[in-house]
Amino acid sequence: MTDTSILRLDCIHKNFGGVNVIDDLSFEVQRGSRTALIGPNGAGKTTVFNLISGVFFPDSGSIFVGENDITGIKSGTRIRHGIARTFQNVRLMPHLSTLENVILGQHSRNRGWLGALQPVNLLPGNRWCEEARAGLADAGLGDYERASVGSLPYGVQRRIELVRALMAQPKLLLLDEPAAGLNAAETEELQIHLFKLCQSGDLTLLVVEHDMHFVGALCEAAVVLSFGRKIAEGTPDAVRDNPDVQEVYLGKSASPVSAASEKKEGDRASQRA
Amino acid sequence: MSGYFEGVLVLLAINVVFAYGAYLPLAAGQLNLGIAGFAAVGAYGSAYLSDTFAIHPILAIPIGAMFAGLIALLVAVPVLRTRGIYLALATFAVGQIVRAAILNLEFLGGAAGYPVSAFVGLPVVLGFALAVIVVVMVLFATRFGIALRAVQDDERVADLMGVEVRGFQMAAFILGAAVAGIGGGLYAHHFSYIEAQYFNIGLSISIVLYVLLGGTQTAWGPLIGATVFTLLPELLRGSASLRYVVFAAGVIVLMALRPQGLLTRATIQRLFDWRNPPIPGVPMASGRGQ
Repeated sequence: MTDTSILRLDCIHKNFGGVNVIDDLSFEVQRGSRTALIGPNGAGKTTVFNLISGVFFPDSGSIFVGENDITGIKSGTRIRHGIARTFQNVRLMPHLSTLENVILGQHSRNRGWLGALQPVNLLPGNRWCEEARAGLADAGLGDYERASVGSLPYGVQRRIELVRALMAQPKLLLLDEPAAGLNAAETEELQIHLFKLCQSGDLTLLVVEHDMHFVGALCEAAVVLSFGRKIAEGTPDAVRDNPDVQEVYLGKSASPVSAASEKKEGDRASQRA
Repeated sequence: MSGYFEGVLVLLAINVVFAYGAYLPLAAGQLNLGIAGFAAVGAYGSAYLSDTFAIHPILAIPIGAMFAGLIALLVAVPVLRTRGIYLALATFAVGQIVRAAILNLEFLGGAAGYPVSAFVGLPVVLGFALAVIVVVMVLFATRFGIALRAVQDDERVADLMGVEVRGFQMAAFILGAAVAGIGGGLYAHHFSYIEAQYFNIGLSISIVLYVLLGGTQTAWGPLIGATVFTLLPELLRGSASLRYVVFAAGVIVLMALRPQGLLTRATIQRLFDWRNPPIPGVPMASGRGQ
């Protein structure tokens, strides 16, 4: 493997009740890159995220983060290898305030029972608490600190979830449809924000997203899945022009490329006749 | 202070302690219906120590609580393998086993009950209750307290955040048992007589009700719940035999109107955040339908 890749999936298979959800999938994500994972509904994108974050284990194949083989590592310790994620349906904790949700995001950086018993949210000025508040303020969410997360608008909840994930100081951040349910202005704001986060080069993004405009603007690489197989890989533009990709999204006859080649074959056939 | 008022206050303090014993595991999503059993271990343990070894109750009660915690540690491994309704049943069984064991232990008086000679008055009871309240409040401002509630909300996400779900659940269960043990020790040393029949499933259910009706969203809920539901039957005393009917009807009405409990995070926000005007465009969370 190249030493520039932060994540490598190697011949991953995953089967649910006889259905091959992920079929011999291999790809690499370059360190510091913004990579998109795209494909039609049911292609297995979220399953790939679940395999990387350890919700499921693959039936065969290996997953590497940097040099480390994390295939058999339990989900609870993967965040300590620098993998954080968000969820397709926002999964904040309704029993916690916005600030507490963000403090929860720091959990993996805190080791041992003594640290866990430090009253982080009792008196103002605690290091962890201030860091969480600064994180919220940076994202323009300072006003929501003490709000019940359940009562907040969906777009705000998504942004809080992103702040929470960043609190783990991940090397690799998995974003599952970060722009879903956001309006055009919010989507653009999110894209600029994510771009800024990656400027230092310490953070790598792997993004599942349907909005191709968003992917094109944010990502420099894309991997396309269909029925659990990788069908294309490359820059977003190259991937968009790929006939196989157009076929899975638009169907065979609607694809201008395949329609053209069919026409040519048809012409040849008529000449022969 | 009249004897009646003092009696109510002691009962209130002990119920608050019991409520926090049930709240700790509930905050991590575990319904402990064996809470009365752990209270019994604390009561009999501390009473036996103060009676037999003449240990001062102020020392005997925490040691009794440690017995309760120890029993919880022993049963935690098999019991916490179950979840949801099965966990409730398993803890119920633990409570029944404790009660049956006490009934059959001659040195604890068996069915005849156990007279306790050492006595603690109202100040000691209040002191212990206050200590429990402060410790739990502080605990819920720690990473431990935040992670516990996260485990209740979404075990999977908490796990992915690096929370040691099993360890935290066990800690909450054991700590809750110890707190219930303190309540039991206070009860034993104030009322000077304990019997196994007192620590029955009815007690466990009342304690859990205090917490659920008070609200589990914040650490204030058990305090409010235990207070309201200890004082309410007393206030209804005028209606004599009807008072439990009125009380039960009140409980049902409350559950219908405030399914999240009397005190929710949103209520606290409204009560204490008067300095900060509500954020425009953000609906305040009501206690309903969340």
